[in-house]
Amino acid sequence: MQAQTRLNLSLLHQDQALFSPHLFLVTLVITPTRTILFNYSLSQKRTLYLKNLAFSSKLQFSARENIERKRRRTRGTKMAFRAMISSRATQQSKWVPSAGVARQMSSWFGHVEPAAKDPILGVTEAFLADPSPDKVNVGVGAYRDDNGKPVVLECVREAERRIAGNLNMEYLPMGGSSHMIEESLKLAYGEDSDFIKDKRIAAVQALSGTGACRLFADFQKRFLPDSQIYIPVPTWANHHNIWRDARVPQNTFRYYHAETKGLDFSSLMEDIKNAPNGSFFLLHACAHNPTGVDPSEEQWREISHLFKSKNHFPLFDMAYQGFASGDPERDAKAIRIFLDDGHLIGCAQSFAKNMGLYGQRAGCLSILCDNEMEAVAVKSQLQQLGRPMYSNPPVHGALIVSTILGDPELKKLWLQEVKGMADRIIGMRTTLRENLEKLGSPLSWEHITNQIGMFCYSGMSPEQVDRLTNEYHIYMTRNGRISMAGVTTGNVGYLANAIHEVTK
Amino acid sequence: MASLAFSSTSASPVALRGRPNKLAIGVAQSGACHVSARGSDRKARLFITRAVAVEKKVSRFEDVAMAPPDPILGVSEAFRACTNESKLNLGVGAYRTEDLQPYVLNVVKKAEKLMLEKGENKEYLPIEGLAAFNKATAELLLGADNHSIQSQRVATVQGLSGTGSLRLAAAFINRYCPNSKVLISSPTWGNHKNIFNDAGVPWSEYRYYDPKTVGLDFEGMIADIKAAPSGSFILLHGCAHNPTGIDPTPEQWTKIADVLEEKGHTPFFDVAYQGFASGSLDEDAFSVRLFVERGFEVFVAQSYSKNLGLYSERIGAINVICSSSGVANRVKSQLKRLARPMYSNPPVHGARIVANVVGDPNLFSEWKAEMEEMAGRIKNVRKRLYDNLSQKDKSGKDWSFILRQIGMFSYTGLNTSQSENMTNKWHVYMTKDGRISLAGLSLAKCDYLADAIIDSYHNVN
Repeated sequence: MQAQTRLNLSLLHQDQALFSPHLFLVTLVITPTRTILFNYSLSQKRTLYLKNLAFSSKLQFSARENIERKRRRTRGTKMAFRAMISSRATQQSKWVPSAGVARQMSSWFGHVEPAAKDPILGVTEAFLADPSPDKVNVGVGAYRDDNGKPVVLECVREAERRIAGNLNMEYLPMGGSSHMIEESLKLAYGEDSDFIKDKRIAAVQALSGTGACRLFADFQKRFLPDSQIYIPVPTWANHHNIWRDARVPQNTFRYYHAETKGLDFSSLMEDIKNAPNGSFFLLHACAHNPTGVDPSEEQWREISHLFKSKNHFPLFDMAYQGFASGDPERDAKAIRIFLDDGHLIGCAQSFAKNMGLYGQRAGCLSILCDNEMEAVAVKSQLQQLGRPMYSNPPVHGALIVSTILGDPELKKLWLQEVKGMADRIIGMRTTLRENLEKLGSPLSWEHITNQIGMFCYSGMSPEQVDRLTNEYHIYMTRNGRISMAGVTTGNVGYLANAIHEVTK
Repeated sequence: MASLAFSSTSASPVALRGRPNKLAIGVAQSGACHVSARGSDRKARLFITRAVAVEKKVSRFEDVAMAPPDPILGVSEAFRACTNESKLNLGVGAYRTEDLQPYVLNVVKKAEKLMLEKGENKEYLPIEGLAAFNKATAELLLGADNHSIQSQRVATVQGLSGTGSLRLAAAFINRYCPNSKVLISSPTWGNHKNIFNDAGVPWSEYRYYDPKTVGLDFEGMIADIKAAPSGSFILLHGCAHNPTGIDPTPEQWTKIADVLEEKGHTPFFDVAYQGFASGSLDEDAFSVRLFVERGFEVFVAQSYSKNLGLYSERIGAINVICSSSGVANRVKSQLKRLARPMYSNPPVHGARIVANVVGDPNLFSEWKAEMEEMAGRIKNVRKRLYDNLSQKDKSGKDWSFILRQIGMFSYTGLNTSQSENMTNKWHVYMTKDGRISLAGLSLAKCDYLADAIIDSYHNVN
């Protein structure tokens, strides 16, 4: 499929004259960018362009005629496109229907361009395709043990043994597993949280962190249609996709300080202050993705204080609770600070990393409301948004989460295992930094150990990353983000050497 | 709109302590706070002009209204709350055994045991889902030797059961065929409208159910499809129409294909009951395969909720059969791009179960046998219900439509008030459109149900 895609693109480049400006947009989209600020998709841009072009001639025809004209026009384009493609003897197989059946020679979807590879998940695809024995995958944020192997936690295996075969597979209620939700809330808001006791939290099971953010974005669009979302620079690339597809306008606020490879706190505060009152902010609760740079406790307090005076709404994306420091309570500190200060928050939780449940899509979206009645109403609306997306969420991951968190023994085991994962990563950070310093690198690498969580923002440029990939078979995202989870005692030396080579 | 806007320098919204109900405080369009003051106006304004940092914030979701209960899933909730002994849940379409217990298929238990032993990891699936599952599901639908599969013209993406797959397709239509609308049957599964609404795809209805015959309004259906603008998407139920249970005959399917061809429409199939309707996977795929053979480009959303009993695992797929492999590749890439900001990648557990069952010849045969059993039980129940109704009902009404309908559901022909009577008087829980789920009916309860239906039909308006 990859070869096919590349082939099509090269054809497009050669024949730009035939299809004019929108092809330039295709090339724009192909370059992975770390912050994607378009609010329009490629096809929307193309549509706008074509609409403008056609508008003047369109006026002289009736609506019905215009539909006919458009169909004929796009058919004509498709036929020409098709002729161009086939004239280059590609490997596309062309189905010729036998006599007496419907002729579907040109496709209704011939105008569909190939989508750009997802910048993050595309890295793993490229890695898998590489035959080199030295290859290292520090791309996607999935935990690996010291042998570079994926890990299924013991507590998860035990939970699966317990739930195997004894339950039916009936649909969960629309909001998901209530047991799982209860446990998730205790983890995020505190075991003895009054908000839980007072039933003030509207919470639904969601499709991991992505699904939780998407539900919130859709909820925001429907009930606060004039609101926008402020997203840090940089952030996980999919955040932009989520709010864009939910059609909520996006803004950014400064976060990462490139010179220090740390937090640009003064700019952060300035942007928070300059945003109109009552804005919605996306905050990473801990282990910021992709930089690994978190505000200190003191800084969080100041942020919370400023939020109060500006009446901003904080949505916490917490994908790494327990995974950052090794202690879930500590990793939830930012949230607890905001709660103590009286904020009404939103929280998107994911169990993909901290319980290793990646493919199970287990997560939770919660919104703290004024009172129980409001929480019930908000929850009902969140369910209403989920219904036409997937009806009700998948059960398996939810059962694992609730079994583990609901059983004191299993929960204790989980806490140990999550600390183990966090400790290994912290150890690797230290080792990587030491190696680089031993190699005599002129640059400062202290940010490797200052940053926290799965990712390290190395500060390398896209060109340097390309060199790492092409010359050393080291795979990471082009923003210079290294997934520390993919670093092992076996490859840390090789990695340090390669980084030193491309940065010296 | 803002009744009293004060400057944003004193930016905090103020909650009046002790009087939360009298003042409604919300965030107006400009972002400034407005207060609709009632009652003690002057006092309120005096209080507000002070810039006070609040301890407890007033929620900006204050005005969010309670959503209505889902018409289908809400029925089960009401059923659970009912305490009457003779209560019967004929609401949601989830299969029950003769003892009215949920049923996990034996092959599923075996597959899960296999998976537990294998101890595979839980890594992220690619956005398009488990490759083994995608291959299996397309082959199940079209037949492994189907030309479209051989020539790689099928774009398959694993989806969150039927709903998720429909939503992906709807989002695709919204983005790439923005001038097209979808035609859905009247009636259809309640969630279809929600899906197209939320995806921003305009829809209209084509006539389908004829209340006079309690059968298919074929002429009306053809006329409405013909009248639709060229290039529309026609949503068709592959088999076992939900909610009516009324399917077109093979001859009628051919005529439907003729009309679609004539108007340049694209067929969009919802296949939620393959194997479950007649008991045979191939027979139930007849309609889809007919359209593919005839050279259409087809959308097909599949679900394994019913036929493998995997309801809560949310496993299904969206297939787009295209006219060339190049188009199929590009369409698949764009479906992935739509899925990524919805849920990143689909859940793995259900996909593995399906792949294991379909991939093992023994398990596969066993599955086919279990499906025949489930479909068989439903046919028996239909027969029993029909017999009871014919015996008990002295009015001479023809109840044979129950036998002609197929699949899990039956459209009884009861109207809203009659359906409500079923619930209120007889504690039979069903949807208000007169649909009963035969999967929730046992032979033992047919008698009681017949009484309820006869009473509601004749004695209530």
